[in-house]
Amino acid sequence: MEIPKTFLGYKREDGRSGTRNHVIILPVDDISNACAEAVANNIKGTIALPHSYGRLQFGADLELHFRTMIGTGRNPNVAAVIVVGIEPKWTKRIVDAIAVTGKPVEGFSIEGVGDIDTIAKVSKKAQEFSIWASEKQREERPISDLWISVKCGESDTTSGLASNPTVGNLMDKLEPLGVHLCFGETSELTGAETVCEKRGKTPEAQEKFKKTWNAYNDFILKEATDDLSESQPTAGNIAGGLTTIEEKAFGNFQKIGSRQFIDVLEPAEEPTKGPGLYFMDTSSAAAECVTLQAAGGFNIHLFPTGQGNIIGNPIEPVIKLTANPLTAKTMSEHIDVDVSRILSREMNLDQAGDELIKATLRVANGRLTCAEALGHKEFVMTKLYRSA
Amino acid sequence: MANTDIIIHDEKDNVGVVVIEKITPSQDCSCWVMENDKSVQIQSKDEIPLGHKIAMIDLNEGDTILKYGHDIGKVVKSIKKGEHVHVHNVKTKKW
Repeated sequence: MEIPKTFLGYKREDGRSGTRNHVIILPVDDISNACAEAVANNIKGTIALPHSYGRLQFGADLELHFRTMIGTGRNPNVAAVIVVGIEPKWTKRIVDAIAVTGKPVEGFSIEGVGDIDTIAKVSKKAQEFSIWASEKQREERPISDLWISVKCGESDTTSGLASNPTVGNLMDKLEPLGVHLCFGETSELTGAETVCEKRGKTPEAQEKFKKTWNAYNDFILKEATDDLSESQPTAGNIAGGLTTIEEKAFGNFQKIGSRQFIDVLEPAEEPTKGPGLYFMDTSSAAAECVTLQAAGGFNIHLFPTGQGNIIGNPIEPVIKLTANPLTAKTMSEHIDVDVSRILSREMNLDQAGDELIKATLRVANGRLTCAEALGHKEFVMTKLYRSA
Repeated sequence: MANTDIIIHDEKDNVGVVVIEKITPSQDCSCWVMENDKSVQIQSKDEIPLGHKIAMIDLNEGDTILKYGHDIGKVVKSIKKGEHVHVHNVKTKKW
């Protein structure tokens, strides 16, 4: 298949391209959710991104909170941003970092004003941003402006057999065209960690991966009450034919095809080493992982599932594929791409990869994903430890 | 195209995965090697359900199971070609 050189995206002030054109109302903290949601209810064409944290965090946990907030606002799928927090200082820090992209951004704080007057002020600005963004037109953008993140969930044997290798096939075909790619799930690479480490393109990347995985493993060893063989693979995994943790991890690992990663990113960190594949240190929980990848600047997501995970994200469209014929049938409203014909040999991996590329481009051009049409907007902050 | 009963990820693999509801003892099975799109045949010795593995060669205690072209564990009880490969005869090398 000849892969198109362009897609129809929104050109942003910093030169990047969006696959979506959202105006977001971003609460800095849990107690500003009500205001953000009231504004999004008032002003059409805006979405609020409520979440549970942002108070009394400190150290690396606070830094991750800021990185996630700022990265979400900077994502090219976002046309304009309003930041609302209880206090002005943290609000301003987020506004200033988003403003570097050149996109419209404004901050408001509630303390000393109250919700009602703040909602009125924010609504006026949100209306201005919404109308401004509505005039943005899609235009031809180079395919290299696609930043594609991947994560699998509710995996079964069909994931390792077919849907994850389909994503790998797409990576093998698109990486030479200059796209950015990202995989994560530190915990679920256990068993394949030494092979994954060797996929680092440079000794530095390999070393960084090793440190990241070891830090995770130390944490598990510290908290675990047994050797984990009771929980990995799970009883359900074993019933489905998975025998060892290594086998499960290698199924997961199929998503990167034969690619090498050029760098290891902190959670929600934006890549800076140019096009290619990145590993991001993330949880293996779907909504947390995709939220972090979106904050890293990724503008379209591929999500292979076996038993049928239903996740979506408010700013990054999540395309689901499955190779499980039963899931494709019983949960069809959640499945964008059905590759179950690989198992019956009516389709090979090359053809499945092409199908996924076509679907990815259609979604990049504006086609709604199943999750978007169903209203899935899971925005979940990763918390590293308890607050002060 | 011939029905596929078993899929093998990589040509180096010594196990394949059943992709039909189940295979029965002495069934002649068609296997498809995804990596090079080739086909091979095998006769099963056990009943093996969907998603579970079959040995493509005779395996001795201590041998390494290869799937995806990688080490996914060690044989703890010898396995004949065509037999069911799972937790009763293979264990992780991790713990």
